[in-house]
Amino acid sequence: MSHDHDHHHDHSELSETELRVRALETILTEKGYVEPAALDAIIQAYETRIGPHNGARVVAKAWTDPAFKKALLEDGSKAIGTLGHVSRVGDHLVVVENTKERHNMVVCTLCSCYPWEMLGLPPVWYKAAPYRSRAVKDPRGVLADFDVALPKDTEIRVWDSTAETRFLVLPMRPEGTEGWSEEQLAELVTRDSMIGTGFPRKPGEPA
Amino acid sequence: MSTTLAAAATAAIPSIPRDDDGPVFRAPWEAHAFAMALTLHERGVFTWPEWAAALADEIKRAQAAGDPDTGETYYLHWLATLEGLVARKGVASMATLHRYRDAWDHAADRTPHGKPIELRPEDFAG
Repeated sequence: MSHDHDHHHDHSELSETELRVRALETILTEKGYVEPAALDAIIQAYETRIGPHNGARVVAKAWTDPAFKKALLEDGSKAIGTLGHVSRVGDHLVVVENTKERHNMVVCTLCSCYPWEMLGLPPVWYKAAPYRSRAVKDPRGVLADFDVALPKDTEIRVWDSTAETRFLVLPMRPEGTEGWSEEQLAELVTRDSMIGTGFPRKPGEPA
Repeated sequence: MSTTLAAAATAAIPSIPRDDDGPVFRAPWEAHAFAMALTLHERGVFTWPEWAAALADEIKRAQAAGDPDTGETYYLHWLATLEGLVARKGVASMATLHRYRDAWDHAADRTPHGKPIELRPEDFAG
């Protein structure tokens, strides 16, 4: 496929497969064979088991490879594209780095902006309106609900995904992991830590 | 409850891609296709042996047509099996399936990028 940057998609696209899946789901729902809630419950049970979950590997690489980290923060999509084994992540993936001074968290107004290739499916609460509105107004309170306590002087920055831009949080590398391999480090990276509603696991903390 | 259903499915269909903890999916639509089969089975539309036979036929047909059979296409075969059984059991004809597929295509076309895509009656107008 050629890269034609003059061409902008101003409407949505569904792949041929997605069209067929949606067609079936609609028909089965209309005919009463399938209840959307029951279907969601099954899918939700597998929310962490969908997608290649490249996020943890990308984060672990950024922790161990300063040149990659620099490239990742400059242009997330491009840097991730240089990792041959990682599948596409779409354009305009912006990686925001957590530091002692600043904690990032991501809210999303639509699930289509959620980088599921990186993170698997979003948790249910992520799509819920109360989470989205509260996260903007009272991020510290939302984080407290998730047992994320930050020092008072840490600034909290909330990023609202749009159709154009999706965000991935680069969490801080846990202490006590000096000399760890990328593979070992990737085990510590949780989905929530890449949304900013959690921290990576500490060494020895159970999965 | 849903994982119990899934455990029965994976036991009955050994080819389902999985790791030590159960089935794994490469994309959200695969999980949707999986969940639909589970639900239709629950409703008694087909039995697992019936499903397994239909899926095996589908894979055999695809391989004869040059499918690389690397595992990446597994859920495409799963989806085709689902469509085939839905048609054969009289739930919805292939024509209906195509009509809804085209309607969704129309809905995607008129939906601005980034907005949720919803099906409306006018999408069926063609």
